[in-house]
Amino acid sequence: MPDVIAADGTVRNDNWVLVARPAEGESLAIPADQPALIPADLWLAGHEHYAGRDDIGVWFDSHDEPELLAGKVDELPLIAVNFPRFVDGRGYSIARLLRERFGYAGELRAVGDVLLDQLQFMKRCGFDSYVLRADKDISKAARCLNFFSQGYQAASDTDQPLFRRRAS
Amino acid sequence: MYVYDEHDRQIAAERVDQFRDQTERALAGELAEEEFLPLRLQNGLYVQRLAPMLRICVPYGMLRSDQLRRLARITRDYDKGYAHFTTRTNIQLNWPNLEDVPDILAELAEVEMHANQTSGNCIRNTTTDQFSGVQADEIADPRPYCEIIRQWSTFHPEFAFLPRKFKVAVNASEKTDRAAIQVHDIGLQLVRNDQGELGFRVHVGGGLGRTPMVAPVIREFLPELDLLTYLEAVLRVYNRYGRRDNKFKARIKILVKALTPEGFAEKVEAEWEHIRTSPTRLTPDAVRKFQGYFTEPAYQALNDATDVLGKQRFENREFDKWLTQNVSEHKKPGYAGVTLTLKKTGTPPGDVTDHQLEQIADLADQYSFGEVRATHEQNVVLADVRQDQLFELWQRLIPLGFATANLGTLTDVICCPGGDFCALANAKSIPVAEAIQRRFDDLDYLYDLGPIDLNISGCMNACGHHHVGTIGVLGVDKKGEEFYQVSLGGDSHHNATIGKILGPSFARDQMPEVIAKLIDVYVDKRTEEETFLDTYRRVGLEPFKERVYA
Repeated sequence: MPDVIAADGTVRNDNWVLVARPAEGESLAIPADQPALIPADLWLAGHEHYAGRDDIGVWFDSHDEPELLAGKVDELPLIAVNFPRFVDGRGYSIARLLRERFGYAGELRAVGDVLLDQLQFMKRCGFDSYVLRADKDISKAARCLNFFSQGYQAASDTDQPLFRRRAS
Repeated sequence: MYVYDEHDRQIAAERVDQFRDQTERALAGELAEEEFLPLRLQNGLYVQRLAPMLRICVPYGMLRSDQLRRLARITRDYDKGYAHFTTRTNIQLNWPNLEDVPDILAELAEVEMHANQTSGNCIRNTTTDQFSGVQADEIADPRPYCEIIRQWSTFHPEFAFLPRKFKVAVNASEKTDRAAIQVHDIGLQLVRNDQGELGFRVHVGGGLGRTPMVAPVIREFLPELDLLTYLEAVLRVYNRYGRRDNKFKARIKILVKALTPEGFAEKVEAEWEHIRTSPTRLTPDAVRKFQGYFTEPAYQALNDATDVLGKQRFENREFDKWLTQNVSEHKKPGYAGVTLTLKKTGTPPGDVTDHQLEQIADLADQYSFGEVRATHEQNVVLADVRQDQLFELWQRLIPLGFATANLGTLTDVICCPGGDFCALANAKSIPVAEAIQRRFDDLDYLYDLGPIDLNISGCMNACGHHHVGTIGVLGVDKKGEEFYQVSLGGDSHHNATIGKILGPSFARDQMPEVIAKLIDVYVDKRTEEETFLDTYRRVGLEPFKERVYA
């Protein structure tokens, strides 16, 4: 993968590859020399083969159900959620469920149509790495991740909504 | 009224900075038009037929006099000296420059105002009854809950990109519904259960627009403290499963219908079970704190001014009409609620000048504890006026054009800006409203006709709420020409009903005559006590159809 932005806005490079869903009749083309993200349902189907490997993660598309991996998320080194279009907000719910319901503590990555102005929403929903769409200015990511110093609601970043923080 | 604390102020200031940054990037070409679109919409900024339009949020319709004065100044400095009250109790500017909007937002933030989420596919401004807190029969004051919802929904990170817009309304009285909750995505009715505990009856899946629907009940009793966790469950189910493939099928009403209300409720309950005890659950302390912002003003111990008013009514027939029509009861003896009608013939419904805004502010300070409320019928309410000052107030309202005693009558038209301003409109709506107002200019005749909601929308998006008008008018485009479709029998109140279409549409110049014929049928057929809606419900559409298309 190209440049990856961390939740603190720093940029690093890693070599995770997102493997597309194979066409009908084709098999999954996992590269031999790079860590790979494969569709979550295919990972589950090949669970015996993939479980415990630190070079195989999964990705969810926006219409996928994270319930699929309930109880198994801890076996994954990396989970990515694809935003097919930035206005498709389903990925935010998927992220919160993975974090808050299924207890995923590993790296959660936003991929696809990831733009600057959605980064802070993603962060609050539990994403901690982001692959910005290539035409966007990565130097502005740190600022866009931190437009707001706090939010009104509880989310994956804090379980204390403002009305509880005010009371204390 | 709610007052910002340091957290609210900080978030508001950060929002202004964020939008300034976004606007600069848009103007510099770093954001494509389709990328900037949802960002500016979530700040109430449309690009319209003639200029951008900025929709400023008025949370649940409440405004202070200092906010009115700031709005007046903004219309002078950045616009053409007037503003428009919308059917969602917000305020629109029709002529701001795109590059000025960040400065306007900064000016608004100084008086604790904003334009957050007044458009776009997100949770919009929560609305409620304009007589909240002053009506005798309310279960509880709905405004603290509206503010709780406002804060929860503001920049909610999970629900900023919903399939479609999302509107919540709260109603407090079991007898009246001035908030039209059953035609909202979520309608919350405050109720008490058999144990006397406070809660909400939850309606989900109502709405107007292309597929108008009355919202079914999906939970009879939601305990007060569970409000936010339950809303979060509803929104999460909608965010995940609402249709995103077709804009016209993306509202939650379509999902509720597809799953059936029972099926939808099951999904919500299952989701809620996971989060109902999470820290998002309200605490009694938190609710009390919000309630503390909506305490009673410093009412004086008064008696009803029955004698004085009786004398004034006797001596002045115009005052008598106004008192009957535009003044409402108040829970405190000696006080009354006054509706300023923004429906003077010749002025687009809901429009006010900068000068009028300042006058309203002065009147609020002098007669009503410095606060006003906007209504979804596009009028303004002074909620706490002393009865012995009504006559004096009325005299001051007359030169301002706010004393037209037509509240609730045929000429108290709900009307969207229509084709004169709005890029979405198929047809103009303001000239239709005006032509009908001119035709029916005899107040005594209007009183004789009784309550009639005439609602006019310039397009299917139904900002003029035409589906729930006793008489609804919808602008349609036929091969590039403007026509108007008429519907009858709509009702936004407790017996919420979607109106039925009368038949083929009419040209604009036919409209006053069409309305006159409909009125004639009502007058011919009514029994002594019947309202237009009663008569319509008894005799049906046919007699109206026969007369109009004869």
